[in-house]
Amino acid sequence: MAKKIQPTKIPMREQPAKERIRNYAEVPYGYSEKEAMQEASRCLQCKRPTCIQGCPVEIDIPGFIDFIAKGDFQAAIDRLKEKNILPAVCGRVCPQEDQCEKVCVLTKKYEPVAIGRLERFAADWERAQGSMSVPKIPSQTGKKVAIIGSGPGGLTVAGDLIKLGHAVTMFEALHEPGGVLVYGIPEFRLPKAIVYREVDYLIECGVKLVLDFVVGKTATIDQLLESYDVVYIGTGAGLPWFMNIPGENLNGVYSANEYLTRANLMKAYLFPEYDTPIVRGKSVAVIGGGNVAMDCARTALRLGAEQVHIVYRRSHKEMPARLEEIHHAEGEGIIFDILTLPIKYIGDKKSWVKEMECIKMELGEPDASGRRRPVPIDGSNFVTPVDTVVCAIGQSPNPLIPQTTPDLKVGKWGNIEADPETGKTSKPRCWAGGDVVRGGATVILAMGDGRVAARSMHEYLMTGKW
Amino acid sequence: MYKVIERKQIVPNIHLLVVETEHIHKNAHAGEFVVVRADEKGERIPLNLVDWDERSVSMVFMEVGTSTSKLAALKPGDEIATLAGPLGKPTEKSEGKKIVCIGGCYGIGALNPVLRMFKANKNHVTTIIEARSDFLLYWRERLKEHSDELYEITRDGTRGVRGHINDFLVEHLKKSKVDLVYVQGCTYLTYLASETTRPFGIKTIVGLNPIMVDATGMCGVCRVTINGETKFGCVDGPEFDGHQVDWDNLLSRRKIYIREEVYSLSFYECERYG
Ligand SMILES: Cc1cc2nc3c(=O)[nH]c(=O)nc-3n(C[C@H](O)[C@H](O)[C@H](O)COP(=O)(O)OP(=O)(O)OC[C@H]3O[C@@H](n4cnc5c(N)ncnc54)[C@H](O)[C@@H]3O)c2cc1C
Ligand SMILES: Cc1cc2nc3c(=O)[nH]c(=O)nc-3n(C[C@H](O)[C@H](O)[C@H](O)COP(=O)(O)OP(=O)(O)OC[C@H]3O[C@@H](n4cnc5c(N)ncnc54)[C@H](O)[C@@H]3O)c2cc1C
Ligand code: SF4
Ligand code: FES
Repeated sequence: MAKKIQPTKIPMREQPAKERIRNYAEVPYGYSEKEAMQEASRCLQCKRPTCIQGCPVEIDIPGFIDFIAKGDFQAAIDRLKEKNILPAVCGRVCPQEDQCEKVCVLTKKYEPVAIGRLERFAADWERAQGSMSVPKIPSQTGKKVAIIGSGPGGLTVAGDLIKLGHAVTMFEALHEPGGVLVYGIPEFRLPKAIVYREVDYLIECGVKLVLDFVVGKTATIDQLLESYDVVYIGTGAGLPWFMNIPGENLNGVYSANEYLTRANLMKAYLFPEYDTPIVRGKSVAVIGGGNVAMDCARTALRLGAEQVHIVYRRSHKEMPARLEEIHHAEGEGIIFDILTLPIKYIGDKKSWVKEMECIKMELGEPDASGRRRPVPIDGSNFVTPVDTVVCAIGQSPNPLIPQTTPDLKVGKWGNIEADPETGKTSKPRCWAGGDVVRGGATVILAMGDGRVAARSMHEYLMTGKW
Repeated sequence: MYKVIERKQIVPNIHLLVVETEHIHKNAHAGEFVVVRADEKGERIPLNLVDWDERSVSMVFMEVGTSTSKLAALKPGDEIATLAGPLGKPTEKSEGKKIVCIGGCYGIGALNPVLRMFKANKNHVTTIIEARSDFLLYWRERLKEHSDELYEITRDGTRGVRGHINDFLVEHLKKSKVDLVYVQGCTYLTYLASETTRPFGIKTIVGLNPIMVDATGMCGVCRVTINGETKFGCVDGPEFDGHQVDWDNLLSRRKIYIREEVYSLSFYECERYG
């Protein structure tokens, strides 16, 4: 190799663990201009960049990184935004180690280029420059689009279709837009101001946002289709799973959705200034090993817990959470009880959870997901004291829309069926994508689905061909 | 933001709230509710729909904690931060049945659309409203319009029949053939009524009021145990068969935040009155 390469990523400065577990501010500070340019110069500018294949929306990665290396940050962000309208979000929450960074050629010998951190840098740089310029929008087509759900998928469709001159209305059930980015992912990982800025930008472009509108109840899809030409369903996977084990309805046992919604959307961490309360447990067990579980565990710590355990039935290696989240959680002192499965919660006289019974597991043969299946070890049961339990074992799509839209085909888990090439559902004039189709997936996949559907929706609106 | 058209105290601690909205009336049915949030820092709380038209919805609420105190302080022209609905499953329809409908505290108001629906479907409707004392009973004339007969019960005997709902109900069920009992009000009332009808084997539908947040099936805080199975109050209910409800579980789950609720109310009152 001609160029001498620094083997490791330029580290990103962050709040020290001792301080950050007592506040809600974002943990990493992001790169400075100098650090970003240094990291960008680690990129080899491959002729056949493998990283692009690792990116679900095929960002021109060496392209934007090259602009950063040269100090042309505006050009870098413009290049990013050709493919990704939410780079400030994705730079923070994408599982880069399973996507672009996993296949970066540097990984053969060294750490990959810190593509995520560079993406975040470019987006934050743009934000620091002040307001975004609103693009000139082509003359109105006279077509009306209804988007249901304002998560990353819905926002992507809205952005694409408003720029093509359609009239776009986005319906959201909750009182804030942003989907999981706002009600689920905590402030210390993704500052809400970033999401609201993107939403405000869409509103400035002309997107109409209707909050407090629960499609399936306030109006059905069929009722919307009376006044809109097309509908995009991006309602996510909001139905929390429980394990159906004894004691799950005791006081102090939460679903991750409830715990995070109280903390984030309702700002219970600011109680009593905000009215919504949350149990501030001292000894908290979070069940699960994904991003959701990490977010719950770290939230519990910030709410004042003395001991927080992640209880996960497989081993470290199988944890689906982003590497960075696991590192941050470990750094903050969260205890990982791996190969452990709760089988029962035990309550006190007032029906508050006080203990949980678990069983130890070992890894057996690989299952359908390719991961080794955890099997209980007979007689390994043990009981441990807890005062709060958060169940973060997964979620599936909310049935409200399928129940009120009989001609919409759904799969076994209640997920809406959509053609991966176009996003079309079984119901004419209806498209769907993101978590409502895939089950709990990722931000970037929801955005990718939105982009695919927007293209197909535009085609339909212009030609009338389904 | 949603404009308040009217807010008035009907009887001590119980208020009528009318809020402007064009969205909700189109799909509204008896037995459904809305979620309201008084201001940007407020909690999302569920309230039954008591009436609706093209430009507004009405609720009746009892002032108990911070959220309802905030609502009780509203004046016409003020705005509330959230109003979403209609939510929940509508009351199951029946036709040509003999139905006894019971309401207490805010549940008296909540009976209004249900009686109207039952009556429109040619049922024979006997309405019973109850309160501690005469000065806490309201909407007698309004409910009578949709009832074949209406009884009032007060614990101190200052109006109507003196005593408790269970004594009156037992006497009534002994005398008349009843197909269905429907109850709206606090958990104690719904529980008491269900236990009273159980020996008679008469189907009893109760409106439950578990704690809620989103009220769209997203968080699961509203879970109730019905016939041994976990259901979400906001989307599977809020009305259930009273004979299948695990009352202990409901009562204890309603108390999860008691400490915080008391603290929150004193915090709010301090801020408001100094
Ligand atoms: C705690 C948590 C942490 C996560 N961390 C990561 C991460 O680090 N990286 C990553 O890539 N992914 C992460 N994910 C997953 C990611 O957030 C989702 O895959 C993504 O948000 C899906 O986007 P979406 O647009 O499909 O739906 P959502 O973001 O779920 O948005 C759906 C929206 O639709 C609304 N809605 C639902 N029903 C209705 C209705 N009937 N009418 C109107 N509106 C409705 C909802 O209120 C919501 O606002 C995380 C998820 C959670 C819960
Ligand atoms: C589906 C549904 C429909 C409802 N409809 C109505 C309605 O039409 N009108 C109405 O007034 N309420 C209704 N409720 C109850 C209402 O949501 C609560 O009273 C409200 O959330 C109280 O909020 P708060 O902040 O004022 O009081 P909190 O601070 O939450 O509670 C203060 C104290 O009052 C107690 N408390 C709360 N609610 C009640 C109650 N209903 N009866 C007795 N004690 C209570 C609490 O346990 C606590 O000790 C309904 C609840 C549900 C689930
Ligand atoms: S694979 Fe790695 S080194 Fe090659 S272009 Fe992509 S980021 Fe740069
Ligand atoms: S209130 Fe959240 S699921 Fe019912």
